[in-house]
Amino acid sequence: MSSSLSPSLPVSSRAPGRSVAAWWQALPLTAVFVLFFLVPLALIVMVSFWDFNEYELLPGFTLKNYASIFEGCGNTSDLCVTFKTYLSTFKFCLLVWLITGVTGFAVSYFLAFHVRSPGVQTLLFILCTIPFWTSNVIRMISWVPLLGRNGLVNQSLQGLGLVGAPIEWLLFSDFSVVLAFVHLYTMFMIVPIFNSMMRIDRSLIEAASDSGATGWQTLWNVIVPLSRTGIIIGSIFVITIVMGDFVTIGVMGGQQIASIGKIIQVQTSYLQFPLAAANAVILLAIVMMIIWALTRLVDIRKEL
Amino acid sequence: MQADQRPAAFWFLALFFALFVLFLYGPMLVIVVLSFQGPEGGLTFPLRGVSLHWFAKLAEGLGVVDIGAALWRSLGLGLAVMALTVVFSVLAGLAFRKRLAGGNTLFLIVVASLIMPSIIVSLGIGLEFRLLDSGIKQALEFFGMTETLEGYGTSLGLFTSALGAHLTWTLPFGLLIMFAIFNRFNPAYEEAARDLGATPWQGFRHVVLPLIAPSVVGIGMFGFTLSWDEIARTSQAIGDVNTLPLELQGLTSTVTTPSIYALGTVTTVVSLLVMALAVGLAWLLGRRQRKAAR
Repeated sequence: MSSSLSPSLPVSSRAPGRSVAAWWQALPLTAVFVLFFLVPLALIVMVSFWDFNEYELLPGFTLKNYASIFEGCGNTSDLCVTFKTYLSTFKFCLLVWLITGVTGFAVSYFLAFHVRSPGVQTLLFILCTIPFWTSNVIRMISWVPLLGRNGLVNQSLQGLGLVGAPIEWLLFSDFSVVLAFVHLYTMFMIVPIFNSMMRIDRSLIEAASDSGATGWQTLWNVIVPLSRTGIIIGSIFVITIVMGDFVTIGVMGGQQIASIGKIIQVQTSYLQFPLAAANAVILLAIVMMIIWALTRLVDIRKEL
Repeated sequence: MQADQRPAAFWFLALFFALFVLFLYGPMLVIVVLSFQGPEGGLTFPLRGVSLHWFAKLAEGLGVVDIGAALWRSLGLGLAVMALTVVFSVLAGLAFRKRLAGGNTLFLIVVASLIMPSIIVSLGIGLEFRLLDSGIKQALEFFGMTETLEGYGTSLGLFTSALGAHLTWTLPFGLLIMFAIFNRFNPAYEEAARDLGATPWQGFRHVVLPLIAPSVVGIGMFGFTLSWDEIARTSQAIGDVNTLPLELQGLTSTVTTPSIYALGTVTTVVSLLVMALAVGLAWLLGRRQRKAAR
């Protein structure tokens, strides 16, 4: 694990071997992804065209699941539920992406270029990643005693006489949802951006300053372009997580805010699988378009 | 930047970093403190005495939820996921070092699984096992095995669908770590072993495995902790019983006592213990390696 932190050069270590043996070794992993990833995805696409009644799924081919999702979306004066939900999800995506991006970049920049001792660097980096291995739900509800009606923030504000009545929008609101996303997922920005920054040749920065570049010019014209891969990988993680989320929006939104993930979850719990599947196909298509646009620019494998 | 005097930017960024760490850990510390709330206390400050009252309440169970049983289920599943993640990732990591036909496609599928919205994976697996159920039921009916049919419940379960769902999340991390290991791996040791007449298995067992062991411990840690806290992929792919984080998610809207903080403290302590165990083990293995190298 710690080896992924050191920025040493990758050595191509392709041991000679037979292709057959390689396939036997890759088989268990391949089987898992065929059984629990590829087949399920194919079934989602298939079932999205099925019909259903209250008791069972009816195999066949119908477009009515898709039609019902976009019902009323031709109306231009009033947005339909689907468009409204996507719009709200996009809004969260954009906000969370901007905030985690800037925060993740600043934190990585500090670690990579301002902390001089490699030991301290590793220690601080690990400090940022430890919460990733603890429970997300716990990290969400840990905001309750701070942001609640009688929480620490409201108590302090009232104690200082800054507000008369408790602020209501701190918890179970758009604000708390974005806050929780940033709290949970900035890590996904820090790790790849830090990894990219550690590969930047330090002499380039000296060269920039020798050529008379100011700090900001070096940052913007040297460091940001060279960290591009990390920024893009981090963005893919954050955007796909927010696009499909239903847990964070559910818990932090007090189960009052809509999201595509939540729609799929609710439809599944009512056993409306074809509808849920159709929604999943549309979500998948949108997420794939976003990723496609972003991955035009990187090869993840070179980054390890 | 290389001057002895720290620039102003350093202090500004250092402050930002400190605030970020406070933002990461502050809320967690608050609920750990509040889980020791006295019996009279509520969900927020002030602390009315210090007690283990809410941990005792937790042990009795919260409402209809048997926390103890859920904890053991999650522990069992986490250990199974950890073992499979380690074995499958190491094997696949070895495979990718050789000429592997279709290796690029496999790698793309693994990365796709990592970034696929979890709700979609979960829905797909749930769907797969429900269709399997109806297939099995039809087959039983066709063969006239009515007794088996009546006794048949569902193929969805902890060690079938949920295990698979967790592996789609942990294996990508495992494989990426293996890539990172082998990108920095010096094949000279292995070649030396082969030149000395070691079989491929001996070469792996006595040369490669000891060298990569500390990082493999890291894969195990990823496997356990990610499974231990997993919700999104499990949610639609689990049968009648729930894992601990799923119970926890359900409890967030119903439980209004500090018991839920006590539960949070317990699960966080388990995660931290596993991390400490992994770091300790990796350090021990690494030290043995350095000793041997001397």
